[in-house]
This record gives sequence, structure tokens and C-alpha cells, in this order.
Amino acid sequence: MEERIVVAGFGGQGVMAIGQLLTYAGMIEDKHVSWLPSYGPEMRGGTANCNVIVSDDAIGAPVIEEASAAIVMNKPSLDKFENNIVKDGKLFINSSLIEQKAEREDIDVYYIPANEIANELGNDKVANMVILGAYLEATKLVKQESVLEAFTKVFGENKAHLLPLNKEAIEKGAEAAKSQERVTM
Amino acid sequence: MTKVLMKGNEAIGAAAIEAGCKYFFGYPITPQSELPEYMSKEMPKVGGVFLQAESEIAAINMVYGASGSGARVMTSSSSPGISLKQEGISYIAGAELPCVIVNIMRGGPGLGSIQPSQTDYFQATRGGGNGDYRLVVLAPANVQELVDLIIEGFDIADQYRNPVMILGDGMIGQMMEPVEFKQPKKRDLPEKDWATTGTKGKRKPNIINSLYLAAEELEEHNKKLQEKYKTIKENEVKVESYNIEDADIVIAAYGTTSRIAKTAITQLENEGYKVGLIRPITLWPFPYNEFNKIGDNCKGILTIEMNTGQMVDDVKIATKGRFPVEFYGRTGGMVPTPNEIVKKVKEIYGGEK
Repeated sequence: MEERIVVAGFGGQGVMAIGQLLTYAGMIEDKHVSWLPSYGPEMRGGTANCNVIVSDDAIGAPVIEEASAAIVMNKPSLDKFENNIVKDGKLFINSSLIEQKAEREDIDVYYIPANEIANELGNDKVANMVILGAYLEATKLVKQESVLEAFTKVFGENKAHLLPLNKEAIEKGAEAAKSQERVTM
Repeated sequence: MTKVLMKGNEAIGAAAIEAGCKYFFGYPITPQSELPEYMSKEMPKVGGVFLQAESEIAAINMVYGASGSGARVMTSSSSPGISLKQEGISYIAGAELPCVIVNIMRGGPGLGSIQPSQTDYFQATRGGGNGDYRLVVLAPANVQELVDLIIEGFDIADQYRNPVMILGDGMIGQMMEPVEFKQPKKRDLPEKDWATTGTKGKRKPNIINSLYLAAEELEEHNKKLQEKYKTIKENEVKVESYNIEDADIVIAAYGTTSRIAKTAITQLENEGYKVGLIRPITLWPFPYNEFNKIGDNCKGILTIEMNTGQMVDDVKIATKGRFPVEFYGRTGGMVPTPNEIVKKVKEIYGGEK
């Protein structure tokens, strides 16, 4: 098994954090993991992305050419990465900010209104955790408990009080993925 | 100790502290700025010194001073900053002082880009400064190896009284992987009886210097340096090889590029191709002898680098004309993809397996 995930969005949407949580959770589950951020000038107000690999075997190239899944938080990211997904791969679209539908018909697409769900929870900032929850539900790559265990490692013990809110966001995201069925277009 | 997930640049700092490095002098530059940032936070906690110098030139000369007094010391930069340090590096090599210098390479020439590259191979292995000197150049391919080589690098520097360079690129500096901190095999390190620690009125002053005005003396000094380099060549070569005895094509690549090559090799093996790999871990001393182990049925060597062809010269020296040596590279901050490598290998096969 080797899962290659691209997580992309505006700087500030928490895409690096989604990647780090997945990576850390994979490590907790004794898998081989790598996390590679884009670090070009594009990060200032444009799109940012990171490449996460979770594998049973040692990881070769940390750069993802063909992704098994992509999580896109804004439209430029959808435009940039839709065609990098392998056939039968998964695409998670933040439908709160992206009105357009995916063009590919050979992948599984999930439309998750991440910001709307986050706002319902009272904090727009957890939109990334909502879509992460949807991803976890759809792929079962790592356990939710591992991600929650990774939370304080990634954000620090002083953010531990935010754990219940983030757990709720993950669960709402999972429900969204489950309820909408698989959208195969 | 359990594994932690760390960014390459931060892992360098943690490894240096683990190795007993107490002094860090540097100047920020992308893509390695997380390292000085980490050191500014962590060095005071272990009673060490972090100092952001006024320039790269100042930083390397602070390294010269600290090393001369016997301390474990490190500096880091990225390509254009490392160019600025060359004069100091040459002095340190001439004065035979141990230190660790980290180069997290970016595209060049000049200010170039901030994206990963391997364009400083010549500078690192041939000496970017003046004079007949050598650095021990270590090229890690993953964050764990980066940590291990930093820790061992301090020992190598102390054992031979020689600067050690860690040659990485923006990718390894920026990426996160799990690491654990282990002490390397214990080396018998000499006392630093040459260090300028104060005579306390009991001995003659130690003098740290790279100036020998008498030609005879400088020739003697150079002979001594060459003897030392010979010992390093005999003792310190590190290389990883995969399936080179019966491969049809052998790829030569180092650092992060070797990982991309490994992905390509797996893909090629699934299609029935026999492809091996030689990954130099020490770029100087270069693992020339490893290439003697390549089987006679090999059709050619493919060197892959993130530059326009630098290590390929050493590969040609190593193969002594036994095999054709091909090159594939991307540059400017572009990273070769596994598919590009697969395509190039198939070209060398000429359509026949």
C-alpha cells in the first residue's frame, strides 16, 4: 500500500496542517511517511500545497507526480491538481468555496461544504479538519484516534483545549462524506 | 528513543545539539532558514551560543575562531551564501580546523532560485576556495540519514581536523520525515591539544594559522594535508549500492535525486528491466571503487542530477571507459520525475529488454 496525497489551498486554510496530521498519524501507526511542502513565492497569498506519502515500504520520491488522492480547498488548487490524480483515485473538493464541478469521470469525487460545516460548529478555522474527516472516512488511511493523538504533537500541548472542537469537525466531515454517497460522475 | 516527525532543517539543528555542538553562527537564506531559527530557540537551552552574524563572511570567520579554540561549531547557508563563505572555508581547511558546514542547495548561478538543486557539487568536491584542499562532503538522501551524518560529521571533523560539509538540497531541508537520534559508532578522537585555550603560563602559545611564507614550509604543509586526505579516502568512503552485479543499466545518483531514481527503478523492475543503483553518500571521498563491481553485461551508466552534469565527471573517472556514461538532469529548481527517468532508461535500452 502506498497512498500519495496532495493537499492544496490558499495560505491560511490549514492545508500544511492537514498534511502534517496525516503524516504524523501514519508514523504513529508504524508506516513509512513523508511530508513535502511547496515553498515557493506562491505561498504569499496564492496557493500552497503539500505532498504526503503514507506507505508500507520505504518511500522513494517524496514528490508526487500521480496522486492517489487530492484534497483541494480553493479553485486554483482544483484547476492545478485535478489532472494529477490516478484513475480510480479520490478527489475532495471544498464545495463552500469551489462552485465548479470536477471534469474527470474516472475518479471518485466528494463535495464537502467544509467552511459551512465549520461555521455551524462556530469556528471557520476548522474547515480543514472537516475535509480531513471526510478524507479519513472515505479512505480509512489512518485511524481517527491516530490523527487526534497527532494533534497535540503537531500544534503543541497549549492547543490541547481545541481538541474537542477539532474532533467534532472531523466527525462532521466524516458524516458529510458518508451521507453524500460516493459521487461517481 | 521514540521517533519524532521533523523537518529536515530542524532535524539538522537537533542533531548538531545531540552531537555536542555549542556554537552556531549563520545568516538567514531560503531554503534553510528554519535551521538558524531552530538554533536561536534551542541553543540557549543547552548553554550554547546562537549568533546571527552581519553576513555569511562574518559567520564563517566566527566558525574559524570558535573552532580554533576547540569548540564544536556549525554554520549553514544555501548556495549563494556558501559562495560567500568560500574564503573562510579555505582558511579553515588550511589551518586544519574541524567544523560542520551545511549547504542546503538552491538553483543557481548567482541568486538563482529558492527551489532545490544540486548545482554546487563542483564547488563542494573540488574546493570553491583557493588552494589544494578538500572537504569531506556528505550527501544524505532522507531526514534520518541527514541526522546520522550530522552527528557522525562532527566526529569525522574532529578525527581529521578537517571541515565537513553536509550537502543537501531544498527538498530535504523542507520535508518532514520520522527521525530518531542515535549515537554513531564510537571513534577514538584525538585530544584537541592544538586549540587556543590559554596557556595558563604552562606551555607555549598555540597558533592557528594558514600562512606559510617560506615555500619549503608550505610545500611540507601541503604534503601533510595530502597524507591526511589519503587516509580519509581509505577510511571514510560511504556508498549504497543496489543490484549492480547483474544490472543492464546502473543509475548513479545522490541525495534526494537517488530517491526519485529508486521509485523509477521499482517501476522499471515491474516491467522486467534490470536496473541497479550506485548512491554515493560521501561525494568526497568519491566511491570510485564501487563502480568496479558493476557486471560486464551492463549496457551503460545513467547519472541523474539536479544540474547540467557535475558528478557525471566522477562517474566517468570511476568507470574508466568500461561503459558508456549517459546523463539526465533538470535544473533551475526543477525536479526530475520518476517517469522521466524511466523514459531515459528505456532509451538507453534502445527498445530491447
